[in-house]
Amino acid sequence: MESTIVKAVNYNAYFGDNHVVKNVNIEIPRNNVVAVMGPSGCGKTTFLRGINRMHELIPGATSTGQIFLNNEDVYEMHPIFVRLKIGMVFQRPNPFPNLSIYDNVIAGYKLNGIKLPKAEKDKIVEQSLTRVALWNEVKDSLTKKGSFLSGGQQQRLCIARAVAMEPEVLLFDEPTSALDPISTSTVEELFHELKKNYTLIIVTHNMQQAARVSDKTAFFYMGELVEYDETKQMFTNPSDIRTQNYITGRFS
Amino acid sequence: MESLVKNDLITRPDISSGRVIKSVNTPDTLSTTKRLKRSHRHIRAENVFRRILIIVGWATVVLVAGIMVTLIFQSTLSIKASGFGYLWGKTWDPVRDIFGVYPFLLGTLLTSFLALLISIPFSFAVAIFLGEYYPTGWVSNLLKNTVELIAAVPSVIYGFWGLAVLVPIVRSFESKIGVEPVGLGIFTSSLILAIMIVPYAASLGRSMIQMVPSTLKEAAYSLGATRWEVIRSVVLPYTKSGMFAGIMLSLGRALGETMAVTMVIGNTSLIPKNIFAPGNTMASVIANEFTEADHPVYLSALIELGLVLFVVTVLINMVGKRLIKGFSKE
Repeated sequence: MESTIVKAVNYNAYFGDNHVVKNVNIEIPRNNVVAVMGPSGCGKTTFLRGINRMHELIPGATSTGQIFLNNEDVYEMHPIFVRLKIGMVFQRPNPFPNLSIYDNVIAGYKLNGIKLPKAEKDKIVEQSLTRVALWNEVKDSLTKKGSFLSGGQQQRLCIARAVAMEPEVLLFDEPTSALDPISTSTVEELFHELKKNYTLIIVTHNMQQAARVSDKTAFFYMGELVEYDETKQMFTNPSDIRTQNYITGRFS
Repeated sequence: MESLVKNDLITRPDISSGRVIKSVNTPDTLSTTKRLKRSHRHIRAENVFRRILIIVGWATVVLVAGIMVTLIFQSTLSIKASGFGYLWGKTWDPVRDIFGVYPFLLGTLLTSFLALLISIPFSFAVAIFLGEYYPTGWVSNLLKNTVELIAAVPSVIYGFWGLAVLVPIVRSFESKIGVEPVGLGIFTSSLILAIMIVPYAASLGRSMIQMVPSTLKEAAYSLGATRWEVIRSVVLPYTKSGMFAGIMLSLGRALGETMAVTMVIGNTSLIPKNIFAPGNTMASVIANEFTEADHPVYLSALIELGLVLFVVTVLINMVGKRLIKGFSKE
């Protein structure tokens, strides 16, 4: 199996005339955790949303260039299939408030009208919740509404919801920025577990988090991919002066 | 005055610094005193404003209660004459002083609910189109303003339009399906009403749909949902109670609508045999016969009709509120 799973080639993204992501070329290896960091407004989230074609849902948003998933251009595929193969977790936990914990986990199947036998659904729910280390906490309250959980639990429920669809890649858009420190460390520990089965791309503006959880780090600044390297290399010996300024806190 | 200012204001904490102003014996005493006087005036204005709000607020309650009391008071003559038979009576014959509102009650409920049934698909379609598909842009504005204009057209114009356009169409339709081709009747009234009530449910539905958090919609999209799946599984469940409130608003309008209905319903006191038959609603009976009521019991019977309409509307609204509460609890 080839080691590169996601590849961007000359990828540009726009909001109307506003050029937010500028000519990004990047290769993301399979079963790695890649952190995307950079100051606010640097285009990191927009780039992330370009990977699973969420960017184009915003009125006026366009993009050029290519993004490959296993050598297949996602912009040639139907967006529905792209999003089934590339799951996403958002900045704020967003479980469906009208659904139970159980139904939240299999929401993807329900939304897509896929009917499964009860036994299989049970299996998917247990497996997904186990993968995000939530099963033991909620196994007795699966019929309760997802919104009753704490913020950290809700976020893990959202990860379980994405994992349940068996994607190949998981995108995280500042997944811990709305969480308390303890929940944050639980989610960070999860990343190490999840990368056995999935490839993780995590947008964060928290440098320490990038350093803690990732194998490789990409630094975005003003819409450009400034530097992309092994995380250790990046934080100890950055090659670009802007990266150095950023990680030493000279601007944020 | 001066002492009042001191007592009242000197010990108020300075909001910006959180400190308490202890003394006015500072170099710029004059300007401080002036300032305190001004804020004292503001506090008085605030109190006056609050009182006005309270009075106006209570005035609406008093007004509604007053209407209710007047209706009951003026109906006593009829209530004494007809008793409960008034509600179930199937004959309305003012000449013989027999007053039974059953045909009109049926007429009102039939036209209103039929109109609601016809209008719901249209209001939902407009609400979803404007709320989810095209929330901005000139197409959206044109459609939005046009739909809202429907509510602004005087109902007598709908009546004219109904007589001139709708009645012939319905008449030819009726002769095709083999019922008596009158053209005027319950069905025609429902069609007119359906058009008139679309904007109420559509506008409320649209604003509700626009309030659905985009994070929820994005969550569904990110799981591979199509637009229709997002609308069905996220938007509609989330806006359930709002959509229903819009429907209730439409229904309230349909129950009370008088002029347009009076012009196309056929105005007979017979119980309608089917939905194409002519009939009458409570509101149109009042409008038609009020000027002809030549003796006190007749007049009082018409006022009691108004009372029944009032009570029916209130009851339906109460049931609606209950249902909305149930929806939002879910």
